[in-house]
Amino acid sequence: MIAIEHLTKTIGGQTIVDDVSMGVEAGTLTVIVGTSGAGKSTLLRMINRLIAPTSGRVLINGQDTMAIPEDTLRHRIGYVIQGNGLFPHRTVSGNIATVPHLLGWDAKRIDKRVNDLLVLFQLDPAEFARKYPHELSGGQQQRVGVARALAAEPTLLLMDEPFGALDPVIRSKAQEDLLSIQRRFGTTIVLVTHDMEEAFRLGDRIAVMDDARLLQYGTPAELLISPAEGFVERLVGTTERPFRLLSLTRVADALEPGAASGEPIEMDANLRDALSHLMWCGQHMLPVRDATGAIRGRVSVDGILAHARKPI
Amino acid sequence: MIAPARDRGGPIRPDGDVVVGSGVDRLGALVAMMIGVGLLAVPLVTYRANRIVAGDTRSVMEALPLVGAVGLIVALVAIAGIAVLVRQPPLRLAAAAIGMALLFPAIGWAASYLTPPGNTFARVSPAAGFWLIGLALALLLADCLTRLRFGPWERLASLALAFALLAVLLASGSWNDVSLVREYAGRAESFWREGRQHLFLALGSLSAAILIGFPLGVLCHRARILKGATLQVLNIIQTIPSIALFGILMVPLGYLAAVSPLAHALGIRGIGAAPALVALFLYSLLPVVANTVVGLDQVAAPVVDAARGMGLSRRQQLFQVKLPLAFPIILTGIRIVLVQNLGLATVAALIGGGGLGTFIFQGIGQTAMDLVLLGAIPIVAMAFAAAVVLDAVVDLASGVRP
Amino acid sequence: MGWAGIGRLVVFALLVAFLTMPDAFAFVFEPLTENNAPAIYNQGSLWSLTVSHLTIVFGAGLASTVLAVALGIFVTRPSGLEFLPLSRSLVNIGQTFPPIAVLAVAVPLVGFGEAPTFIALFLYGLLPIFENTLGGLTQVPPLTLDAARGMGMGPTRRLFSVELPLALPVILAGIRLSIIINLGTATIGSTVAAKGLGEVIIAGLQSNNLAFVLQGGLVVALLAVLIHGLMGGIERFALRRLGGERGGALA
Repeated sequence: MIAIEHLTKTIGGQTIVDDVSMGVEAGTLTVIVGTSGAGKSTLLRMINRLIAPTSGRVLINGQDTMAIPEDTLRHRIGYVIQGNGLFPHRTVSGNIATVPHLLGWDAKRIDKRVNDLLVLFQLDPAEFARKYPHELSGGQQQRVGVARALAAEPTLLLMDEPFGALDPVIRSKAQEDLLSIQRRFGTTIVLVTHDMEEAFRLGDRIAVMDDARLLQYGTPAELLISPAEGFVERLVGTTERPFRLLSLTRVADALEPGAASGEPIEMDANLRDALSHLMWCGQHMLPVRDATGAIRGRVSVDGILAHARKPI
Repeated sequence: MIAPARDRGGPIRPDGDVVVGSGVDRLGALVAMMIGVGLLAVPLVTYRANRIVAGDTRSVMEALPLVGAVGLIVALVAIAGIAVLVRQPPLRLAAAAIGMALLFPAIGWAASYLTPPGNTFARVSPAAGFWLIGLALALLLADCLTRLRFGPWERLASLALAFALLAVLLASGSWNDVSLVREYAGRAESFWREGRQHLFLALGSLSAAILIGFPLGVLCHRARILKGATLQVLNIIQTIPSIALFGILMVPLGYLAAVSPLAHALGIRGIGAAPALVALFLYSLLPVVANTVVGLDQVAAPVVDAARGMGLSRRQQLFQVKLPLAFPIILTGIRIVLVQNLGLATVAALIGGGGLGTFIFQGIGQTAMDLVLLGAIPIVAMAFAAAVVLDAVVDLASGVRP
Repeated sequence: MGWAGIGRLVVFALLVAFLTMPDAFAFVFEPLTENNAPAIYNQGSLWSLTVSHLTIVFGAGLASTVLAVALGIFVTRPSGLEFLPLSRSLVNIGQTFPPIAVLAVAVPLVGFGEAPTFIALFLYGLLPIFENTLGGLTQVPPLTLDAARGMGMGPTRRLFSVELPLALPVILAGIRLSIIINLGTATIGSTVAAKGLGEVIIAGLQSNNLAFVLQGGLVVALLAVLIHGLMGGIERFALRRLGGERGGALA
């Protein structure tokens, strides 16, 4: 869906983004991760042309973004930033309706869309629609920010550290919500973060940037199994590696034939949770059941550990 | 973070008032003392045989018939007692208001009582006692109003009420023998003319400053280079003393009137209202431009970023996001200008521009205090009213935000 | 020294030259005169008028500073805290009084001459200093005060070694504002016969001699620019000692 080709940005002789090329498939969630100053926000902001590239180009569905008037381009792309950037002088519904208004939707359609989004984000329209941003909690403000970005039904959503200002419990909830919304609408999402945990948790693919360059771009498993030497290796972290690998693998992949006694484990659970459960119960193996409740086999500590080993 | 509960000050209530133990209220004590001195130690009014000569003073007992004097003293002593002992702001407010409502008619009464019937030359004017008691009551009033934390509508209502009471006092004729009103009666027509001229000077220059300064501020917000230079020039203009600027502007305007019949036909002259208007306009530009720039600049970066990211054009960003958020600060600039202009317009009288300053400078020339007050009191009242009204508007405009 | 500093030196040199030998500059002002009127003020020495102008402005400024800072300290101490809201309102109300009205009302009380001007400048100068003293003292971070208390500093010591030094740049900004406003306001004092540069301007207005108006106004404006620069420098010095650009309230 997005093709980034040799994108470079230099400001005053300093290279902020250095010859980055990458593709993003439709319907996936791509995370750009890196330390602050790595150029990841600049890269993101060149996609909706908030920053003009020095060279290179961005294609969306095969169309060069430079060929689309920048305001039109941005109307089609949702944009969420840290600290949400809600308009303090507009109500929640006024904020969400911003882009639909710009696009000239009729009032009825806007009302319905605002209402649907509020319900989707678990904000009771009767209570929240007429509130002002300063009357909301941090988590509520963040949800309104995402709802506002989704208002005009964009197929692409850009998010710049969207959960950076949230405390851990609310952040984890917001991440779950984002995943379920992405699954539901099939929105293509590009998200920037400095938090590796978040990247592994959310990303279908992860792009690691450092010092203006794209160091590695691949699936979470690829990053864990064969991280590029140096920075990526350090960022991924060597001590947590086996556990991260386990959390990326489902129980179904470690299923062994045979029976076991005890409380069954879900097929869809990840291996990290399964191992944790096994250790806690003091069992070597437990039965596995599928969504219908039927026992499909068993999973063992040894079988799980085999998945945590460095692939040869 | 815990607010600094300054030591020994006792607990601080959320509204900021210090809860001091029982006992006398110190402001109340000051108010009571001022009332006491005003009643007993200094004269209430001055009596003069005509408007120029030096006068003799009259104490409360001499200025009013016995029953009136005793009544006034008893009432004011009671109010002083309330100021010292009673702590509830509404009660204190009522006491201060009643005090005002007694003091002003009392002066009118004293004037009628002291002026021999049919004598139109004698002048009775308020003296130190009146001013001191008035100041004490005003302090008490201001303190109560501050403590009550009125919202904008309540403040506007209080202002309207105060002006309505003043109008009733003057319309009732009870002050007709007070020197100030006599001074007015002799020149009612020119008083209103100069008053209108004063407003015209202050508001006309303000309108021009908004028309020019506001777009200029938007431009300065967009072009950094322009901002530095513009604000520097406007700052320097502010340092030129008003009477000099008024005077200096006589040169180009006089020249313009001489060479351009159109300018002449428009009433532009080297002296008079034109240089005054231009000077006030120049002084007004800085607050308007500076506050517009500051207001636009202080809109939070994420808000602007979000607006851009959602595809608002520059015009939409300005009109839909930045200006609404900058509005209260721009209004504050307009408040500064209006209050400043109402004061500075006084100087216009020196270059033939008219306005209420005419009476002030005439009064200074004739050493006629009443004439000075006839000019000064309306100016202060207008500036005060403008400040209260615009403060309330600013509060209303920024009301939806924290 | 930057360009601004050099510019100020030049302005200062020009001003001193003009005040000590004004006749040398007559050619500048001659085009403004009519009917062979004098180009340079001839009813008194410009130098001595400038000195009296500055004396009255700085004298009143000193008096306002002493009283305003003392009041500001008082209403931020525990014993004076109950007066804080009232004093804020009074400052707000006070600012709506035009200086000319204050001056005019002072005349009947103290007569003509320097006294009413001094009173008007003194009263009007109080407001910016008081306001900034309040601002400066209430802006001191609570954490810093807590730390000072934690180190066992008493209230007096805290005031003098923590609060006042931290508030100093803001207080200085108030004093500067007050002096600059009063430099201009003092010219109006000449309408009530105070000695000062207003005399030159008023004489020009009365005799329709624009050369007088211009030179009087110019001297005051240049003085204002120089004093503004000088006091701004002192503020920056005080600010640098605090090690940073905390100058939010200095604008």
